[in-house]
Amino acid sequence: MINELINMNGYGLYVWSAFIFTLLNFILLYVVIKIQYAREKEKFISKFGTLNSEQASFAKSQSINREILSNI
Amino acid sequence: MFKYFEPNRIFSITSKAPKYVLALFIIVLTIGLIESLVLSPEDYKQSHSVRIMYVHVPAAWITLGIFTSITILSVIGFIFKIQNFFLISKSLAPSGFIFNIIALVTGSIWGKPTWGTWWAWDARITSMLILALFYGLYLLAWRIYQDKEQVFRTTTIIAILGIINIPIIKYSVDWWNTLHQPASINILSKSSIHSSMLVPLIIMTAAFALFSLLIFLMKYNTELIKIKNKGLDRL
Repeated sequence: MINELINMNGYGLYVWSAFIFTLLNFILLYVVIKIQYAREKEKFISKFGTLNSEQASFAKSQSINREILSNI
Repeated sequence: MFKYFEPNRIFSITSKAPKYVLALFIIVLTIGLIESLVLSPEDYKQSHSVRIMYVHVPAAWITLGIFTSITILSVIGFIFKIQNFFLISKSLAPSGFIFNIIALVTGSIWGKPTWGTWWAWDARITSMLILALFYGLYLLAWRIYQDKEQVFRTTTIIAILGIINIPIIKYSVDWWNTLHQPASINILSKSSIHSSMLVPLIIMTAAFALFSLLIFLMKYNTELIKIKNKGLDRL
């Protein structure tokens, strides 16, 4: 059963390489986008930390900024 | 109506959605992989190599769908000056490009046991390669141009030029003698594919669509935070 699944009448190499290539691309794209997201968020948090209290309260008046900070 | 597409309004949804979409994607993909690699039958002519269809065809469908969406959004965004539509288009492009590459590479892998060659300058394959070039140009334009107006104009032009290629890809198998077979699945008429193969194909398409939604949401959130970062600089 397992051998049949791996070998697939001699087509196993083609079938498995196509599926593995697809899944590797999924993982690669997910990781790249996740890193980009984490970097931007980190940048936002560190920039927010440098604001004075007046600037910070103004920035916090925007719901989207509050949302970004709440997702830490 | 367009006010509902305001980033401030939708960020609260798009920032929470990825974890649910990821969970659903993993479930649907697992079912799809079991269906396509174990449960679906082999083809009487192509034997087990037909299983490559379950990654090749959904990838091709989704890359075409994404490019069409990018064009529609870019044109509407350009006419009505809706910046958010450009942001959505930009966020859709990475998964569209990856699906294009997947369609080309898995098609090439499928071509070897079926046609005896890894590559042929067949109308369908060549037009898919041209689509990949348009995706590449589109993504490159976002990297090259810093000026907002310039990047909106350039990406819209690339999208409009690229969309001409979409019907060519779709009908290339009817218009020219190609190695590809004519379409087996028709929305308007009866499909020639058996349900035992159609079911895994639909499940894998759903999984791929969920993956592109996941990548879109993550990229869109990243772009919004990038804009907000620039906003903090101006304070």
